[in-house]
Amino acid sequence: MATDPSLIGRLYVLPEPYLVGREKIREFADAIGADDAVYRDPAAAAALGHPDVIAPPTFPVMISVKAAQPFFDEIELDMSRVVHGDQRFAYTRPVRAGDRLVASCQVEEIMARAGNEFLTTRVDITTDTGDPVVAVWARLVVRA
Amino acid sequence: MTAFEPGQALEPQRYRVTRADLVRYAGASGDFNPIHWSDRIASAVGLPGVIAHGMLTMALAGRAVTAWTGDPAVVEYGVRFTKPVIVPDDDEGIQVEVAGTVRAVTDDGAQIDLTVTCGGEKVLAMARATVRTAPAA
Repeated sequence: MATDPSLIGRLYVLPEPYLVGREKIREFADAIGADDAVYRDPAAAAALGHPDVIAPPTFPVMISVKAAQPFFDEIELDMSRVVHGDQRFAYTRPVRAGDRLVASCQVEEIMARAGNEFLTTRVDITTDTGDPVVAVWARLVVRA
Repeated sequence: MTAFEPGQALEPQRYRVTRADLVRYAGASGDFNPIHWSDRIASAVGLPGVIAHGMLTMALAGRAVTAWTGDPAVVEYGVRFTKPVIVPDDDEGIQVEVAGTVRAVTDDGAQIDLTVTCGGEKVLAMARATVRTAPAA
C-alpha cells in the first residue's frame, strides 16, 4: 500500500476539546507505575507551582493519537503492520487537570524506503483559548 | 530542583514489566493493539512474542527522569524505538533499565541522554530529555 503523498500538509482537527480530568491522570499515572504526588494531590502540585495536578510527560500521546486517527482511517492503516518509529514532545507547560485541549494534526512526511513506508505527524495541542501546551511528533513505520 | 553538571552520570533506575502491566497500560491509554496482549497475533505478524507498548517504555524512561530531577515538568522529550521489549507470560516479566548522563547544561535547562536497555540490549536510541533547572543564584 502506498499512501498518497498529496496528503502531506493535510490538517485534521479534533472535533471537540479533550477535557483533562484528575481521575484520568491518576489512572494513567497508575498504569505507568508513577506514584508521584504531583499527579494526584493538588496541594503537592501547587507546591511545584502548578494550579492543579499535572499529567506525566507522555500523557499527551493519548490526545495526539485521537487527533491523528482520522488520517489513519483515511489511509486505511493496518495497525498490525505498524511499528512505532520515533516519538517526541516539546512542552510549553505540562498538561494539567481542568485543561480543555484542542488538537490539530498535520501530516509532515510520507516517505517510502526499502519497501517500508514512514508516516510522520505533528500534533499541536493548545488550550481552547489558544495558549500552546505541547507539540507532539510521531513517526510510524508501516512494514511491507 | 537538582543541580546538574555536564558529564554527570545519574543513578540507573530499574522497572519490572509484566503482562499485567501491559493490560493495565492498554486499558488506561486506549492502545488495544493485540501485539501487546495476544501471543497468537504477535506471532502471526512475525514478532518473537508479545511486546510492550513503545509508549510504556518511553513512560518508564520518563519516570527515571522525574526520579533524577524531582519535578516531572520537562521541556522536551524524544526517543527512537529500536528494539521491541518482549514480555514473557510469567510472574517475573522483564526488567527495563534506564541510565542517564547529563549531556549539557544551558539557560534552557539540562539535556539528559538516556540509555534504555532490556536484557542488556538497547531498546531506545536518541533518547533525550531536556529538563528545567533552577535559575543560577
